[in-house]
Amino acid sequence: MHTPELNPCPRPTALHRASPRLKLAVAFVFIGITVLMPRRPDPAYLAPAAVLLLLWPLCRMPLAYALRRLLMAELFILGVALLSLLTPAARPIFLSALIKSNLCVLTMLLLTWTTPFQEILQVLRRLRLPSVMLATLALMTRYVPVLAEESRRMQRARASRTFSPRRRLAWSTLAGVIGQLFIRSADRAERIYLAMCARGWK
Amino acid sequence: MHLPDGFLDAKTALLSTGAAAAGVGIALRQVRSSLPPRRLPMLGLAAAFVFAAQMLNFPVAGGTSGHLVGGVLTAVLLGPSAAVLVITCVLIVQCLMFADGGLTTLGANVFNMAIVSGCGGYFVFRFTQWLMRGQGTRATVFAAAFAGWFSTVLASISCAGQLALSKTVPWSIAFPAMANVHMLIGVGEGLATGLIVLAVLRSRPQLVAGAVPQAQESGLGFVSYGLLVSVGLVVFVAPFACPWPDGLEAVTKSLGFSERTVHPLLNAPLPDYRLPFIGSATVATVVAGLIGTVLAFVAAYVLARALVPALKTPKPK
Repeated sequence: MHTPELNPCPRPTALHRASPRLKLAVAFVFIGITVLMPRRPDPAYLAPAAVLLLLWPLCRMPLAYALRRLLMAELFILGVALLSLLTPAARPIFLSALIKSNLCVLTMLLLTWTTPFQEILQVLRRLRLPSVMLATLALMTRYVPVLAEESRRMQRARASRTFSPRRRLAWSTLAGVIGQLFIRSADRAERIYLAMCARGWK
Repeated sequence: MHLPDGFLDAKTALLSTGAAAAGVGIALRQVRSSLPPRRLPMLGLAAAFVFAAQMLNFPVAGGTSGHLVGGVLTAVLLGPSAAVLVITCVLIVQCLMFADGGLTTLGANVFNMAIVSGCGGYFVFRFTQWLMRGQGTRATVFAAAFAGWFSTVLASISCAGQLALSKTVPWSIAFPAMANVHMLIGVGEGLATGLIVLAVLRSRPQLVAGAVPQAQESGLGFVSYGLLVSVGLVVFVAPFACPWPDGLEAVTKSLGFSERTVHPLLNAPLPDYRLPFIGSATVATVVAGLIGTVLAFVAAYVLARALVPALKTPKPK
């Protein structure tokens, strides 16, 4: 269990300072082009790969960070790989999907590495995303670390009060922690609403 | 079940993005008209809660572990419209902050996990609760556990349909594999959903929106969600699911020019795509699904009976 790094990069580069709007648009177009490429292994895939490999050193994304994130996506990709091994006819389509999805994950990694979510949120605000969604996204990114810390604290407290949970009980204790986490987030939401009102929110 | 980029073709991506946008639009309308302003921060906190809950791992046999998806849990706790918005926001953050799930497949992921799993699961929850003739703790826990299982399987079938419609994996393989795996995964999701709903019901029953009949859910919203989920499933799944000739084929046959058209069709690429046991694998999966549904229904009932003894059921005040 780890707390997600909300602002991963410590040392900003030129790519970090570029307009988030531009970066999001470029990433979207880039992914669109990659996805629409022919559905078989093709030399054309070298072009987006070359662009990504050029951009990578420019924004100093650590290799270990990228590999860890790629591995998360790879679980699903490998699941589909097992399926396509059963059908020889679908193999070129699968291979191209494998290349495409890795290129696209890499693009998204470069985007998220160089652009804090707060800046993406500003772009989404200018794109007229409904205010309910904006408020939910903003509150969510603010409170994920708080709730993660809270759940860790609750588990520590549980561990200090009980013996190591038996296997049979592991699920119900964990469910208890999650249920309690929900109750605490509901209480916190109530307090946030009062604080918003106190600051003149309508 | 987060589809990465590159696994769907343009047509499927656009179709599912349209379906997802329609669903989120309905949810926004419902929330704007029915959610009191003091509950607004709850949406953000619920999204953060789902995200934080997904980081906790439930131990599964053999040293592996799994985590909650939380679609049905959110729908039971907050109602379907809020759940659609909450899960959509979780998926947006996972996509734009953690590169988990693709940008072009965001619509498909929202459709599968927020709308089919959240809303569809909520329908199953309500229906099961109604079957039990009650709003008691036991009925709610039972319905939540069963809906948790069912919605996981439903979402995986929708995902398999999208993969097949984009011709990435043939339906005859995608459907049995996805459905069978998720019938197992769903057991964990259902168990966790039931246990968590019970934990909240025990200490703060008024927080569980699904435990009481809702005045705020308008009938129109319900109908439009139902329509959307079924139209989506029909578009993604029906082209493959039906073993009988479809309308067009029936017309061709009855008009008598099937002989000319059928031959080239049978010799062309179809045989490469098919395994000798296709028909049987699909049918076997459907049968397994039906048996699994019955088993899950019984298991959820046994679970609810074991967890909520009849005498200790707290009477609603």
